[in-house]
Amino acid sequence: MNVLIPDPLRPYTQRSRVEASGATLAEVLVDLDRRYPGIRFRMIDEQDRVRRHVRIFVGGEQVFDLGKPLAPDDEVVIVQALSGG
Amino acid sequence: MPRSIAKAASTRRAAGSTQPARGPRRGPRVAILVATRKGAWLFRGDASRRVWRVDGPHFHGHIVNHLVLDPRDGRTLLAAAKTGHLGPTIFRSTDRGRTWREASRPPAFAKAADGQGRSVDHTFWLAPAHASQPGVWYAGTSPQGLFRSDDGGVTWAPFSPINDDPKYREWMGTVQDGTPDGPKLHSIIVDPRDPDHLYFAMSGGGVHESVDGGRTFAPLVKGLEVVEGFDVTDVTFHDPHCVRLCPTNPDRLYQQNHCGIFRLDRPSDQWIRIGKSMPKRVGDIGFPMVVHPRDADTAWVFPMDGTTVWPRTSPGGKPAVYATRNAGKTWRRLDAGLPREQAWWTVKRQAMAADAGDPVGLCFGTTSGELWASRDEGARWTCIARHLPEIYAVEAAVFR
Repeated sequence: MNVLIPDPLRPYTQRSRVEASGATLAEVLVDLDRRYPGIRFRMIDEQDRVRRHVRIFVGGEQVFDLGKPLAPDDEVVIVQALSGG
Repeated sequence: MPRSIAKAASTRRAAGSTQPARGPRRGPRVAILVATRKGAWLFRGDASRRVWRVDGPHFHGHIVNHLVLDPRDGRTLLAAAKTGHLGPTIFRSTDRGRTWREASRPPAFAKAADGQGRSVDHTFWLAPAHASQPGVWYAGTSPQGLFRSDDGGVTWAPFSPINDDPKYREWMGTVQDGTPDGPKLHSIIVDPRDPDHLYFAMSGGGVHESVDGGRTFAPLVKGLEVVEGFDVTDVTFHDPHCVRLCPTNPDRLYQQNHCGIFRLDRPSDQWIRIGKSMPKRVGDIGFPMVVHPRDADTAWVFPMDGTTVWPRTSPGGKPAVYATRNAGKTWRRLDAGLPREQAWWTVKRQAMAADAGDPVGLCFGTTSGELWASRDEGARWTCIARHLPEIYAVEAAVFR
């Protein structure tokens, strides 16, 4: 499936859209990390929680549960909630 | 950042340093490593410490809490970094800052089975381990955690039971007990005589010592004071700002505490408040503590206003460094070259450092983005950089 990568994470992927696979959001993030080492920890903390300024959307809905099942044609959109100085 | 990053920073002569060095080489070339809220800069000095070439920014836009050179090899740098919107990481250079790679496993707490575990917000303090342990580093984090790397900073693991020990977790308190940026584990000290003899401090949580390589730690807070109203017997309420060990007398430590300046001479476990001899109109509140590399009776502090609402700016708007040459019996004001008024500076606990030159060179960085240096142990100060972002830490380093 397609994964949209926000600007701050593009140094890992060099592209704004990449491919990753998995039956759940957790598996997709693991696959992303396999392809682009280190990217997952910048979004998900060591307790498997989505970091505070990261937002993940699937089908237009914000997802916090990494166990959410995904279909092969789902698009995962990762957004950074940039704010402040 | 991807694991392999090419340096993309310009190098140019620093403003205010227009004269080339003259005369014979005075000593090793010192570099000042500056960690800021928006990136890192290296100011590479000439042998006279008069001319500084700016090298940066590195990691532009990233919050860099600490940038440290490994003195054991003179070329490896570690930078504790995060952007405000991504998780924390460590960047590592093995070529004196030309290129950088990201740690493959930054400091992170163990996953908790109950889903209530802590997560590292940022690495705050980096410390190379003993000279006999090349490649070993320690890291202190926010929230408080102690970590170790055995491979030069590439991978990190929780170190010592304190991260999960119930008593230490109680002493660490909550985020309410910490700084505005979160509670911190800092001042990681390795006794140069013994790699198993360690100290660390916590902003909220006191000073602690291990004599068994970190297997166990114990509080070292006797004689310290706490904010009025708090229970001095409760380790949680002790707030050391910065602790330093004297390299040539490792039995002596100095501490800038929230409540004053203290000194400890082992084997005693009783801290003595030496800040009472500071002028009353200035007080002995501050963040950083710097010790002389060779003279254990000499230390420097940067007092700040700790009255009423805790302004934390230079008392009266008149910044000054204060030095003791007699282990705290008396203090001398050092402000030649510094602004005489309306300079409301804050210098954070890691933002003042000394090199090992003779005379000792000193430097400090302000939260308003100015970098000041002295070539003569604080007798005279020169501004060597302005318009930097908020400075979090400075270190004096000698590359080899």
